[in-house]
Amino acid sequence: MTTRESTPPTFSARLPGTRAAHSRMSATRRREALQGFLYISPWIIGFIIFVAGPLLASLYYSFTYYPLLTKPTWVGLQNYNTAFFKDRIFWLSSWRTLLWAITTVPLGIIGSFFAALLLNRAVRLKTVWRVFFFLPSLTPEVAAAILWLWILQPDVGVVNNTLKAWFGFRGPNWLASPSWALPSLIIISLWTGIGSIRMLIFLAGLQGVPQELYDAGMVDGVNWWQRIRHITLPLISPTLLLNLVLGIIGALQVFGLAFVTTGGGPAYATYFYGLHLYETAFRSFDMGYGSALAWFLFTIILVLTLIQISLSRRWVYYAGDAKD
Amino acid sequence: MQASTSNRLRTNSWYRTRKEIGNTLFLLFTALLSISFLFPFVWAISSSLKTGFEVMAYPPTLLPKVPQWYNYVQAWQEADLGRFFWNSAIVTGLSLIGQVLSSFVVAYGFARFRFPGRELLFILCLSGLMMPVYVTIIPLFTMFRALGWINTFKPLIVPTYFGSAFAIFLLRQFIQSIPLEFDESALIDGASRWTILTRIITPNCQPALATVAIVGFMTSWNAFLGPLIFIDSAKNYTLPLGLWFLKGTIDDGLPRDHLLMAGAMITTFPVLLIFVLAQNYFIEGIVMSGIKG
Repeated sequence: MTTRESTPPTFSARLPGTRAAHSRMSATRRREALQGFLYISPWIIGFIIFVAGPLLASLYYSFTYYPLLTKPTWVGLQNYNTAFFKDRIFWLSSWRTLLWAITTVPLGIIGSFFAALLLNRAVRLKTVWRVFFFLPSLTPEVAAAILWLWILQPDVGVVNNTLKAWFGFRGPNWLASPSWALPSLIIISLWTGIGSIRMLIFLAGLQGVPQELYDAGMVDGVNWWQRIRHITLPLISPTLLLNLVLGIIGALQVFGLAFVTTGGGPAYATYFYGLHLYETAFRSFDMGYGSALAWFLFTIILVLTLIQISLSRRWVYYAGDAKD
Repeated sequence: MQASTSNRLRTNSWYRTRKEIGNTLFLLFTALLSISFLFPFVWAISSSLKTGFEVMAYPPTLLPKVPQWYNYVQAWQEADLGRFFWNSAIVTGLSLIGQVLSSFVVAYGFARFRFPGRELLFILCLSGLMMPVYVTIIPLFTMFRALGWINTFKPLIVPTYFGSAFAIFLLRQFIQSIPLEFDESALIDGASRWTILTRIITPNCQPALATVAIVGFMTSWNAFLGPLIFIDSAKNYTLPLGLWFLKGTIDDGLPRDHLLMAGAMITTFPVLLIFVLAQNYFIEGIVMSGIKG
């Protein structure tokens, strides 16, 4: 096919039938391309209607005053100005969310990694332990929230009751306490997050580490930590990167858990960015300001992702074949 | 010579005992940790089967004296969770069909056809994974409002018929791992592209399809923000929304936590069931799709 295309035109013009054959080839190619577009057309249409269109619309709304019932009116940078310089809750919720991300993401990833290491070792009833670790991650977010509200209930909850019965010790108010609410939510997120699909992916990654490498390490007399640090970690670093990127994107959008358990309280202790955005856009119906908040978050996520990808060149190791 | 052999034997047996102790300690540690992970779950089930007063007993008891199965009936009927359950079932069922079918067709298009701009479009598709929901949800709300779709299931179902980025990615990876020779020999036999999809690609894609179906089921069944925004009357609530609603409405001083726990379990059981049914496929799908790297 390539040889035919590279044939000089003067020569091909002289041969009867070559032109026809050539156009038949490109017709096949054209048909293939057309069919390809047809197959992906659901996504193209959906992308335009449900992603790209709304994306641009919210960018436009972010420069307008738009109280839903009237048409948007252009106000320039006023919404951004309000967010950065006037809205105290904006900064408060931003820092709360950042704190949430820098605690839950590393703890979750490290937790999943060590759980995978633990469950990868030959131990009796291994499958049973794996299921025990994995079950919490299947609990729907709202169900997990309701469940933990009950477990951490200050007066009759099982945690505080057990503390009292066994140690005669009054536990904290957990989700009802301004200083304990955020740590409580972190505990809940680790409960659903550690044994999740992430742990399964780490397990798969660990099983993909060639045994020869560990054997070679044994010969060199490396200890447990050196083995993890210099053999396991480099080999699963692509998985780590993916989890880090997706984990941060997810953590910055945290909503349901806090909305159901604390509603953002007490005293704004768990008032995350998503809650502020929801209240702005869907309780006060200030669509313009809500869109500005959304675009600020989007920009932060883009920047953080690009930083992580460019930093990753220093620590992510791709074995010879990227597919493996 | 003899001395050294017995010496070696001794160290060997000492080594073995030490290893045995180590293994037992390790087993104990793993067991303790995984049981503490499971505990909140067990506690919720146990609470859901206690009476309203037993549930608050001090000191706490691990198991209910007499399992109150009626709690589930009460949660289902009086708390109206039955209605929410069926709402969720309709939304999840229809979304699942839409998501799997459309993503599969699109993934096939990306995997097996050459066309200009394919790589760019695929990257665009993946970029959807990075986009926070908030950045599109406000215009989507105004759009669905203009269409008169607010307070119907349509905003939750219709978008799933246009493929999901994650599902397209996973299925494309999987389709690419099927040898191209399969397609080519079928083409020579005169099969159409559609026949290849249904007769050759589909049977070879089952683990990936199962994975996509499970993930799609969980996303749809667990969804909270979307239903919260798009549905405003309680009769159309999905199960997570209904559970949240129930929590807000039963603050009347009576002990009703056992009903909430029953509700939480009713919400969780279908996910467990689906997972148990398809778990082998699921894990294979995750591992083979190469998301690990």
